[in-house]
Amino acid sequence: MLKILKYSFIDLARSRWTYVYLLFYLALGFVLLFLNNDLGKGIITIMNVIIILVPLISTIFGVMYYYNSAEFTELLLAMPINRPLIFIGQYLGVAISLSISLVLGLGIPFLIYGLSQSAAIWDFSLLLLIGSALSFIFTGLAFNLAMRNDHKIKGFSYAILLWLFLAVIYDGIFLMLLIVMEDYPLDVFALIATAVNPIDLSRILVLLKLDISALMGYTGAVFKSFAGTLPGMLVASGMLFLWTAIPILGIFRKSRRKDF
Amino acid sequence: MVCAGCNYAKIGTAVDAADPFDTVLVAKGEYLEHGIKITKPLCLIGENYPKVNGEFKGEIITIFADSVTVDGLFLVNVGTSYTVDYAALRLVRCKYFDIKNLVLERLFFGIYLEKANHGRIFHNKIIGNAKDEYNSGNGIHLWYSHNIVVERNIIQKVRDGIYLEFSDSVSIRNNHSRENLRYGLHFMFSNNDSYTNNIFDNNGAGVAVMFSKFIVMTNNVFKNNWGSTSYGLLLKEIYDAEISNNRFIKNTTGINIEGSNRINYTGNHFESNGWAIKVLGACYANVFTQNNFINNSFDLSYNSKLNDNRFEGNYWSSYSGYDLDRDGIGDVPYRPVKLFSYIANRTPESIVLLRSLFMDIIDFSEKVSPVFTPDNLVDPYPRMKAIK
Repeated sequence: MLKILKYSFIDLARSRWTYVYLLFYLALGFVLLFLNNDLGKGIITIMNVIIILVPLISTIFGVMYYYNSAEFTELLLAMPINRPLIFIGQYLGVAISLSISLVLGLGIPFLIYGLSQSAAIWDFSLLLLIGSALSFIFTGLAFNLAMRNDHKIKGFSYAILLWLFLAVIYDGIFLMLLIVMEDYPLDVFALIATAVNPIDLSRILVLLKLDISALMGYTGAVFKSFAGTLPGMLVASGMLFLWTAIPILGIFRKSRRKDF
Repeated sequence: MVCAGCNYAKIGTAVDAADPFDTVLVAKGEYLEHGIKITKPLCLIGENYPKVNGEFKGEIITIFADSVTVDGLFLVNVGTSYTVDYAALRLVRCKYFDIKNLVLERLFFGIYLEKANHGRIFHNKIIGNAKDEYNSGNGIHLWYSHNIVVERNIIQKVRDGIYLEFSDSVSIRNNHSRENLRYGLHFMFSNNDSYTNNIFDNNGAGVAVMFSKFIVMTNNVFKNNWGSTSYGLLLKEIYDAEISNNRFIKNTTGINIEGSNRINYTGNHFESNGWAIKVLGACYANVFTQNNFINNSFDLSYNSKLNDNRFEGNYWSSYSGYDLDRDGIGDVPYRPVKLFSYIANRTPESIVLLRSLFMDIIDFSEKVSPVFTPDNLVDPYPRMKAIK
């Protein structure tokens, strides 16, 4: 598996798109910090980008990589190698290279602008950690979708739909439910509904660190007592871990049965 | 002259023995006294801050006479009671007083004015240790007291920093009120008052102005009033007021307005607040001009579709229009009320969707064609650059 991971990784490291991705983050980081020198504000803007773009790019990248390397995969499958490990290796290759692009692309500009002396360093680390988690989650989901659909266009459409659902439509439904049931106490519901969607969960985790919780009034207090404490943090990271683990299990199961 | 070895060892006996218009000098030392009553015009002056310890037994000094000056005393340990408002210093029905350079600690009420007029409270320092609202008092308390100047005081950790009830023509200047449990400054039924150049930092709420008319509020700083029910400035049933050149920084709600009419908001600076301005209920004929709204989560929130207030020539940091003729005024009107702030008013829990893509999308669509927010609520002349 490590060998396949290495091949995937080197293959991606030679790919133009990885560099485009890296350059995009570098440019974003530098431009943001050039326009306003306040690291704290920069982090809020970057959060918006990470929460929306990282899932989108991971999804598309994952699907694309799977389809592009389909021939190579078939060749590998002819060898006496454990099948799931081929796919897991490829998956990790993609996810790790995406995470590294993200961390380097945003880390370098912020370091140059004096992050290490700033109090914002923990918020920023959390942000990068969450960004990496999102890369892993959405690459995994993309691989699952791609493996289940041999038709490229179909696979792509499902992947985009999945992103659209979690990033936008889910919140829409969530909001509708909140408004329809506004006569009932909704704190616990809001908490659970947020925790279930990895994008929402990441957003709230970062917002709470940026001390917007007071804005949220009583609901904020509920959230703060959830995310501000160790058990809450464990549950939150547990949820993110679950979201990573389930797609990997899906890859395992599908790759055993799939007919190539 | 009062000191341990002098003719008078107690302040109380010295005050009783003095003739009208005498000066009573108190030397440095500690005096275990309470219930000192001043019934004639006097000057009571402490040298190097003598300590008057009330031993938590009750009121320390009570003044019943006109033309009294109290200067340079250190009053500590005022008794706490649930039936009597004990104060470190109380003035009852007197005029032309001057209370200055006092230091008050461990108090219930600080300086309590009861139907006292034409006086000055200058350069005092009041440090409380209030923990609960029900068993703490106010720093400076004015009740039916007119024409008072409250200047250069520092007040912290009491219930209300400065409290005015039925007190007209009071001027409050250059005070610093911080870390108070309830309000930094609190007006009830008081008219024609003004407060300028004060700093309200980290209070339960900065300033509450309720049921008062013709109040002038200028050049104050409201900051860090941050918490789930905190405000920088709370206005309730206020008419004909002037609010100008104040700075509201990092408050959960900058100004909370309820049932207040004919108020001019000019040249104020709102930065990094949760809500810069929250308008609830019937507010008519208010005018907002030349204000800066910078990096607030919400610039303005309304809970109704009706609008009778005017917004003109303000700077909004989230304005995204253009200025083709380069006259410094944006060519496209700005809509300060976002749909999200309307929703968050109705269903507070929906605030968990803050900064999500979905909210940005519906905010955008509401901006293009307003359905839920008041459609005449626009700033027709938004500025391109912040006003200095």
